[in-house]
Amino acid sequence: MTEKRYTKKHEWIEVNGNSATIGITSHATTQLGDIVFVELPQLQKVFEKDQAAAVVESVKAASDVYCPLSGEITDINKKIVDDPSIVNKDPESKGWFFKIKIKNQDELKQLMTKEEYVSYSKENPN
Amino acid sequence: MNLSTKTQAPALRTPLYDFHKSLGARLVNFAGYEMPVQYEGIIQEHILVRKSAGIFDVSHMGQLFIKHPENDFSKLTTIIPINFDKLELHQSKYSFLLNGDGGIVDDLIVTRIDEGLQIILNAACKYNDSTLIKNHLGYSFDIQLNENLSLIAIQGPKAASILEKFIKGVSKLQFMHGNKFIYNDKKIYVTRSGYTGEDGFEISIENIYVKNLVEELVNKEKVKLIGLGARDSLRLEAGLCLYGHDLSPTTTPIEANLSWAIPKNLKEDGGFNGDKIILHQIKNNPKRVRVGITPEGKAIAREGVKIFSKNNTEIGIVTSGTFGPSVDGPISMGYVDFNSSKVGEKLLLKIRDNLLPAKVTKLPFYKKNYAKH
Repeated sequence: MTEKRYTKKHEWIEVNGNSATIGITSHATTQLGDIVFVELPQLQKVFEKDQAAAVVESVKAASDVYCPLSGEITDINKKIVDDPSIVNKDPESKGWFFKIKIKNQDELKQLMTKEEYVSYSKENPN
Repeated sequence: MNLSTKTQAPALRTPLYDFHKSLGARLVNFAGYEMPVQYEGIIQEHILVRKSAGIFDVSHMGQLFIKHPENDFSKLTTIIPINFDKLELHQSKYSFLLNGDGGIVDDLIVTRIDEGLQIILNAACKYNDSTLIKNHLGYSFDIQLNENLSLIAIQGPKAASILEKFIKGVSKLQFMHGNKFIYNDKKIYVTRSGYTGEDGFEISIENIYVKNLVEELVNKEKVKLIGLGARDSLRLEAGLCLYGHDLSPTTTPIEANLSWAIPKNLKEDGGFNGDKIILHQIKNNPKRVRVGITPEGKAIAREGVKIFSKNNTEIGIVTSGTFGPSVDGPISMGYVDFNSSKVGEKLLLKIRDNLLPAKVTKLPFYKKNYAKH
């Protein structure tokens, strides 16, 4: 298990060999407020990097969650569909969204480290 | 995900702006004002108002005062279809400003006060409304949009007992009635009204004293401030319209299902803007009508979502939609063809790329809890 990576669109990525687990950051959930609906992709669906893969709705608005790496969906977190508040309570662990089989390891290089993301989200709070 | 929201430099602030900031409010631009959308969380704030009480800063709304030497406001009936001669002193009515086609230019609450009329207008419409009313009434009326006054709402089942501690006598007001009261030796005007589906009050108080009143309620009674986010979910659960979303200049009161707000004599005889169109719609039903809509799943049908009949014909559009914390699910309002407006009618909502099942629901989604005396 490697260190988590982050995107400018507020997704986190945890890489384990060929597999990556993806969710939205704690900063994102704070900005969104109460999450009341989550729509996840279908298993085996293939996404290109930065394609919209899931939807998260707070009371105020709907937002897309992008697939930060190209790959195929191998697992989805049905628990957050049944109880979307898990995403607010534990966004970076129990509130994960989906897992993918990574197609191109090179894409990992474009992701931010935790420090880079923290400073990015401070400069770009919205 | 993209967290950015459209922002533009807001020009206006209410006298409570610094107070909102000190409470950690998240501020958004609303009708040109920098207003609190939430403090601790929309759901939490919503539930608090339903269970106990909460304070809303609605000082961005317009407070228009109209005076006439003989207190004859019957000329206003043309653009605001109510019987002004029958409006009792300190009585409030919900109504609307109509254009020549019977379209709603704004919705409002009018109260007969000692000096004449007090009309509460939506923030985004207040300057336009004021001009429109002035042009209609002419010079024998004194018409002032008073920007020295703030407006505070306290809403919820505990609102009356809490406010009574600071403003003696308010708990005796009937719903949709007001009166003058004294707070710290200052004259204020309080009505028993609101827009949440709960019992509550709206307090018109001078800008320089409003902070003192709100601070007292917060510090001594631990009442929380509630943002516009929860105000929206509360009013939608209560089946109440939001101007600019559920109501517009191309919507008549009959289409908006607000026929109840027009008095019987006017519905029979006319005598107001757009009366021909409105009377025709009353007799023959409008082509489209506002309904409550409950999606079967959890996805929220927000403003702009297209509505289809069960055989896939487009029959309408959603004008408001959110998650209703007290009904624990998504709720919407929208306009559908009259023939598809019956309670229980099955609909399909085009949310993103899916057609999702929903049905027409009786309004309000959440049962009202108004004071009866």
